[in-house]
Amino acid sequence: MGLGGGYSFAERIDVTGLTVQKLGFSYGTKRALNGVSFDIARGDFCALLGPNGAGKSTLFGLLTRLFTSSEGSITVAGHDLSREPRAALAKIGVVFQQTTLDLDLTVRRNLFYFAALHGISGRDAAVRIDAALEKLDMLERADEVTRNLNGGHRRRTEIARSLIHAPEVLLLDEPTVGLDAAARRAITEHVHSLSQSENLTVLWATHLTDEIYPDDRLVILHRGQILADGITSDIAQDRPVADVFLDMTGTKS
Amino acid sequence: MSGWLTALRAIVLREALRFVHQRERFLAALVRPLVWLLVFAAGFRAALGLSIIPPYQTYITYEIYIVPGLCGMILLFNGMQSSLSLVYDREMGSMRLLLTSPLPRWWLLLCRLIGSTAISILQVYAFLAIAAMLGITVPWLGYVLALPALVIAGVMLGALGLALSSFIKQLENFAGVMNFVIFPMFFMSSALYPLWKMAESSTLLRDICAVNPFTHAVELIRFALYQQWNPWALLWTLLATVFFLALALWGYDPARGMIRRKG
Repeated sequence: MGLGGGYSFAERIDVTGLTVQKLGFSYGTKRALNGVSFDIARGDFCALLGPNGAGKSTLFGLLTRLFTSSEGSITVAGHDLSREPRAALAKIGVVFQQTTLDLDLTVRRNLFYFAALHGISGRDAAVRIDAALEKLDMLERADEVTRNLNGGHRRRTEIARSLIHAPEVLLLDEPTVGLDAAARRAITEHVHSLSQSENLTVLWATHLTDEIYPDDRLVILHRGQILADGITSDIAQDRPVADVFLDMTGTKS
Repeated sequence: MSGWLTALRAIVLREALRFVHQRERFLAALVRPLVWLLVFAAGFRAALGLSIIPPYQTYITYEIYIVPGLCGMILLFNGMQSSLSLVYDREMGSMRLLLTSPLPRWWLLLCRLIGSTAISILQVYAFLAIAAMLGITVPWLGYVLALPALVIAGVMLGALGLALSSFIKQLENFAGVMNFVIFPMFFMSSALYPLWKMAESSTLLRDICAVNPFTHAVELIRFALYQQWNPWALLWTLLATVFFLALALWGYDPARGMIRRKG
């Protein structure tokens, strides 16, 4: 967090959080991503908006190096994902669409397991875990079994978990799926404020336009291609984001 | 380096906890070989005469003969089950999480294999303990010497399961794996009948059994239980282990993207 606080706009451009260049991917003959490029500055919140099947999950698979592509490149906090995968992965925090908690274990045990996967153990892990849970207001539930948590609290646990190793880039794949309206809003607000307070680069995939704030960076993905990229309020002008989004991706064209 | 061991400990511990929380699985894994031991063996004893073959030094009853084979059965079923559970979406999620670790992928997969093998071996010893209570014992030193044999056999069968899990896309295919992998591997081996007995009915079948790595895993365990050394079985099992491990690592290679369709 050495870069926190008031650095100038010019400096911000230099420290990129996440850069994707000319990324392409096919499942056999089906083209899933085509020439996708974008660049998110350190500490920015970027919403990746796209209808189902737009290629969001494929993009997340590539960003988390679940699989790789020979077309294009991904750079995480200055580390090329294909050339320095381990250094790049160490800088990434991920929240998957489906829950990946062990429901038989407590919140704290789940987080200890994850910390160990990043080589963090003992006292160091305990301190980091408490700090991460504190940030998500989950500390008082640390010893509850995750099966007994509601959907919103499970998601908070997963977000807290993704912060343990102090990543610079946080990737969330439709993190509000299946949550009620209140939990959805709370999580959305929480991650927005985390991006500011922790200087985290956030990529938030969604198909719900009300999760996007006017100042957010917005990338619209449709059929594997980027249709729009900019500040949300600039793209939307005076219209609701939902209308603009539907115009761009809808059946009208 | 300590980060690697931290991850290993956590992954093994997680497998152990998962196991503790699924007591039905533990019981099922114990009941299966016990049913074979008590029912199948009792019926077969009358039908099958066994001569003195190494490593045995006297005539043995059929129950005694199939104990090593049933140890192998536990390892085989567990190896398949723990890896194929990855095919469930929920488990696939945990695999995705595992693979976001900055540690090398081969190490993460190996840790998982070690974890599931450790659990299998606990089950084998639970089975041997019950068998001993029923009066089916081996020399006490055999229980100790069997451990390394069980480790190698367990890793081999776990690696096979892991390799299969990277190629199988849907849970329905589990039945296919049962029919085309587990059953042939088990029945076409020396687990239930010695190879010479097999040769009496078909030399071709005997030859198939003789190349089946599961046969060698079982023989390795059988010889170790009687404090004997079987270098041929060891070599064959190790070769199979290396082959299946390589296949599993290839299956989970991110550039191949076998798991990309899931989740």
